[in-house]
Amino acid sequence: MNDVLLMLVSILDSTIRVSTPLILCAMAGVFSERSGIVDIGLEGKMLAGAFAAAATAAVTGSAWLGLGCAIIVSVGMALLHGFACITHRGNQVVSGLAINILASGLTVTLGIAWFAQGGQTPQLSGDARFAALEFPGAAAVADVPVIGAIYSELLSGHNLLVYLALLAVPLTWWVIFRSRFGLRLRAVGENPQAVDTAGISVAWLRYRAVMCAGILCGIAGTYLSTAQNAAFLKDMSAGKGYIALAALIFGKWHPKAALFACLLFGFLEALSVRLQGVQLPVIGEVPVQLMQALPYVLTVILLAGFIGKAIAPKAIGIPYNKER
Amino acid sequence: MTISNPQQAADQSPAIDLRKINKRFGPVHANRDVDLQVGRGTVHGIIGENGAGKSTLMSILYGFYEADSGDILINGKTVKIRASKDAINAGIGMVHQHFMLVDTFTVLENVMLGAEASSSLRHSMVDARKELQRLSEEYGLAVDPDAMTGELPVGLQQRVEILKALYRGADILILDEPTGVLTPQEAEQLFSILDTLRSRGVSVMLITHKLQEILAITDHVSVMRAGTMVADRVTADTNKEELAELMVGRKVLLHVDKAPAQPGDVLLQADNLTVRDADAVPRLDDVSLKLRAGEIVGIAGVSGNGQTELLEVLSGIRPVEDGKLNVNGTLIDATNVLDAKDLRHLSVGHVAEDRHRLGMVTAFSARESAIMGFQDEPEFNRGLLTDGGAITRHCQQLMDEFDVRPGNPDLKSANFSGGNQQKLCIAREMERQPKVLLVGQPTRGVDIGAIEFIHQQIVKLRDAGSAVLVVSVELEEVMSLCDRILVMFEGRIVGEIAASEADAKTLGLMMGNASEAGGNAG
Amino acid sequence: MSNRTLPAWIDIGLIPLINICLAFIVSAGIIMLIGESPVEAVQVMLFGAFGYGEGIGYTLYYATNFIFTGLAVAVAFHAGLFNIGGEGQAYLGGLGVGLVCLMLDSWLPWWALLPFAIVAGGLFGAAWAYIPAYLQAYRGSHIVITTIMFNFIASALMVYLLVNVLIEPGSMSPQTRSIAEGATLPYMYQVFAAFGIEIEQSPLNVSLILALLACVLVWLLIWHTRWGYAIRMIGFNEKAAVYSGINTRRTIVISMCISGALAAMVGINEVMGAQQRVLLEFVAGAGFTGIAVSLMGRNHPLGIIAASVLFGALYQGGAELSFEISTITRDLVVVIQGLVILFCGALAYMLKPTLEKLFLRYTLSKATRQDSLKEEAQS
Repeated sequence: MNDVLLMLVSILDSTIRVSTPLILCAMAGVFSERSGIVDIGLEGKMLAGAFAAAATAAVTGSAWLGLGCAIIVSVGMALLHGFACITHRGNQVVSGLAINILASGLTVTLGIAWFAQGGQTPQLSGDARFAALEFPGAAAVADVPVIGAIYSELLSGHNLLVYLALLAVPLTWWVIFRSRFGLRLRAVGENPQAVDTAGISVAWLRYRAVMCAGILCGIAGTYLSTAQNAAFLKDMSAGKGYIALAALIFGKWHPKAALFACLLFGFLEALSVRLQGVQLPVIGEVPVQLMQALPYVLTVILLAGFIGKAIAPKAIGIPYNKER
Repeated sequence: MTISNPQQAADQSPAIDLRKINKRFGPVHANRDVDLQVGRGTVHGIIGENGAGKSTLMSILYGFYEADSGDILINGKTVKIRASKDAINAGIGMVHQHFMLVDTFTVLENVMLGAEASSSLRHSMVDARKELQRLSEEYGLAVDPDAMTGELPVGLQQRVEILKALYRGADILILDEPTGVLTPQEAEQLFSILDTLRSRGVSVMLITHKLQEILAITDHVSVMRAGTMVADRVTADTNKEELAELMVGRKVLLHVDKAPAQPGDVLLQADNLTVRDADAVPRLDDVSLKLRAGEIVGIAGVSGNGQTELLEVLSGIRPVEDGKLNVNGTLIDATNVLDAKDLRHLSVGHVAEDRHRLGMVTAFSARESAIMGFQDEPEFNRGLLTDGGAITRHCQQLMDEFDVRPGNPDLKSANFSGGNQQKLCIAREMERQPKVLLVGQPTRGVDIGAIEFIHQQIVKLRDAGSAVLVVSVELEEVMSLCDRILVMFEGRIVGEIAASEADAKTLGLMMGNASEAGGNAG
Repeated sequence: MSNRTLPAWIDIGLIPLINICLAFIVSAGIIMLIGESPVEAVQVMLFGAFGYGEGIGYTLYYATNFIFTGLAVAVAFHAGLFNIGGEGQAYLGGLGVGLVCLMLDSWLPWWALLPFAIVAGGLFGAAWAYIPAYLQAYRGSHIVITTIMFNFIASALMVYLLVNVLIEPGSMSPQTRSIAEGATLPYMYQVFAAFGIEIEQSPLNVSLILALLACVLVWLLIWHTRWGYAIRMIGFNEKAAVYSGINTRRTIVISMCISGALAAMVGINEVMGAQQRVLLEFVAGAGFTGIAVSLMGRNHPLGIIAASVLFGALYQGGAELSFEISTITRDLVVVIQGLVILFCGALAYMLKPTLEKLFLRYTLSKATRQDSLKEEAQS
């Protein structure tokens, strides 16, 4: 009984760890896509952020400086996306793809030039990483059955960025649904002309939205390289940005639902690691690849309209052309 | 003019004073030295044909475009309007032809969008709700603030647009073709709202091409033609005939030379056709009609009353879901669905209402646009490949017969003028002498010379024994070109009248479903 | 309709050229940023790609893949669809090619096997494109998202198959057994040798001929058949296509299947040609490079060939570069690829307004100059 509980807690614990970058990126996607800008480039922004964070932390020894640098770089890429899609009305998918490919190549190229470790950054330790936060009394209650395990293992002992990610969800929800900026942001994603004729600049509003996305992706990247891992590794985002995109769609562009989609996808991944090589009764061994592909399969099924209907913001992907 | 006391001068100055406004789009001079004065607390009409420059002028006033030169004075003060924000700050509100509303927002959210009181929505909403309540009462504009905007009827959505402008403190309201989407009753209500606004000191600019509205509601009227302001009149001192003449520039009496129709066999018969949109609202409601050989049947009606859907069903673009269609002996219904190509094989030609969106591909060369719908015909194909030579010769032939200029099959379709594009479309559809020809807006955006030519061609086809259905929003055209007129209203055919007996007044009443004639149809 | 249109030579000649130059200028900047000389890098790359026989062979071998994936993107693009799924379609296509080859290689020589391999690979690639296409056409789900998802699903599926099912017994690495000798495609050096011409060895094989043939077929399909007419019409204006009696849904599905089948031909080049087996990640980004190639080549087969050779040269030159200059790896080529997509794709219209203004000013000044000349002549 206790073993089962411990295993469950441990799986949920790693679910949270795995979900953190997904949650941050999905919230980033909420900002960008709710404003009408398709964001395929979550992956690239996160990867660039991861590299910037690890590189800065390696040089300065400060994880916080790394975080700041990651945000700057990620916002820079978001602005590039905005420059292409908002200012020059370029294809948003093409631009996002360019950003992903650019980030993938540039991080390694610069990494080799600067650190000469085959594209990695030096190992980080101490203040250069975001360390786990122990909740008060976590050690003390660890032995209390059930509650102790949940408190000390599941809730306590994560690093700051994990809690930041969980905080980002209500924050995003509040901004999108309870603030003036959010009202305008939703409006510009549905009908940019309505926003324009109301005397608000469509371009500036969308720029702010993609910048919010940039900030969140920067945090996600920092988490990857300075909290979850202790260095930047080549292509370490490994499709997480795309999973976050899938979660965003799965959550129907809504922060709360997207959070649950992220946790679900994270849980699948945590479970697949746990189930590797394990013979389950009746079904036998579940191929790990099946679990890995499941988020994508589920999203496709959702998109096909078999589980509810994912209705995107109406103006998404369409460049705004005032003179028409 | 000397201004001794600026304060006093400002008080007497008009609400809007435009001086020598110029705007060019490349070689097109859309506004040429336009002057306009709108008095405070008046309803001022701007009338003109499509393309006369009315919309450009309003876009300049609302900050969509910036004028190349000229001054804008609002309440006596020169203002620079570079964006909508400047216009709003100057007290200008605009109700666009296509509403600028977010369908998924409530009325309250739409009204306050861009004019929220604070950065927290909750506080803004409390204030906005109070203000909305006050405005609704003061101007008699009742609307539920919590209703989902997209689900409201069009008339109420327009009301939300007006409230939006008033909420921003507008004392000048511009309405662009406001009745185009309204039922007569809704239009009536709109006019009484405008009356109230006027009595509260709001200045209203009404842009329209409908003479009736000008006479019904305005105090002053300005007439635009080809980018210039050609006349200003006090409405009480003018009349329909004078305005029409000013608008068109010369007395054009649309007259089509044709012999009386000799209707023959029924070539197309529709029985109880019904089309529903995605929300299950009927757009075409139980429509039955017959087209006979040798007659031209016109469909009159305010646009958006089911004409588009009727053409789509009859031409095979939209499948028959409910009801049935008999084309020259072939029965089409929900169990026997035919597409546009099949109907062309049944000798049904279709000149689309909107040539840019339907009737041609602007990015195609003329020769490619000229085989649309016939791309699979053996004469344009050699085995697996298309026969480029045949396609070019075919286009050249159409161009010669219908005098399409420039007569260059390789030119991009977009680079022809509206009239020449339309001639090419009509040439394509008429070439095979279709038994049934469906024509939507035969002369929209077409110059006078081409109009006559197009009308002649349609009559020629009729005389050769084909049945023709003409859908047009131009009453003149329907009356002069057609032999028999059906009137559509809200997806139904509400009346039928012989063209020889029709006049604008009777038709107008029928189009608003306001005549006794409407009672005996449907 | 705007009347400020530019002449064709600026629109389809000058602007793309400037965009490519911008991509390369920024690339040079990045090389300088990492402390190397762009001039030297270009020299190394040019020599590596075109300087000797083996280099040229590799360049064209890479280009073969890019022609296939570039054509795949272009065909979908003409139908107004953005197929990001070339990677997965090529991967699955390679599986189809591999399966047929492994089944029949002991009986058939390569020339008899090739048609089967093409059909099988094509069917697998088309099938992988069919589902997203069907969902787009009939269920309204966005093809960009579904093709991305299908890339990942393909990747997981292939790992599973190679690790658990198709792995060569006794082998440690997840790959199939080698295809029997004689059943694999001849290398170009072997072909040339048969005619008595000696060229250096490289993985370049007869797939290149197939790629060029595919270019001709795509060119004919898009611009010289009624199906291509339908595809282009849907791409420009779907409503007009319905008006013309074209079954738009079916055409969308068919063009995506053609696109998937073209991408799958990477499997011929890799599985039946260069690698002679199915191995993990053999597509190696060719599907994404196809997007850059198609954007750069303006979705025209001739442009695609040129862009493919360019990217082949970048890949091969990049490999050379990483030998010569220790601080540079082939990831630099990925950067350049990203920049090409950025400038030729996302920022394709960046310069248009400026050039339009310049052009208008130029024509106006020419007109006034001519006017004043006339006046002078008159006076």
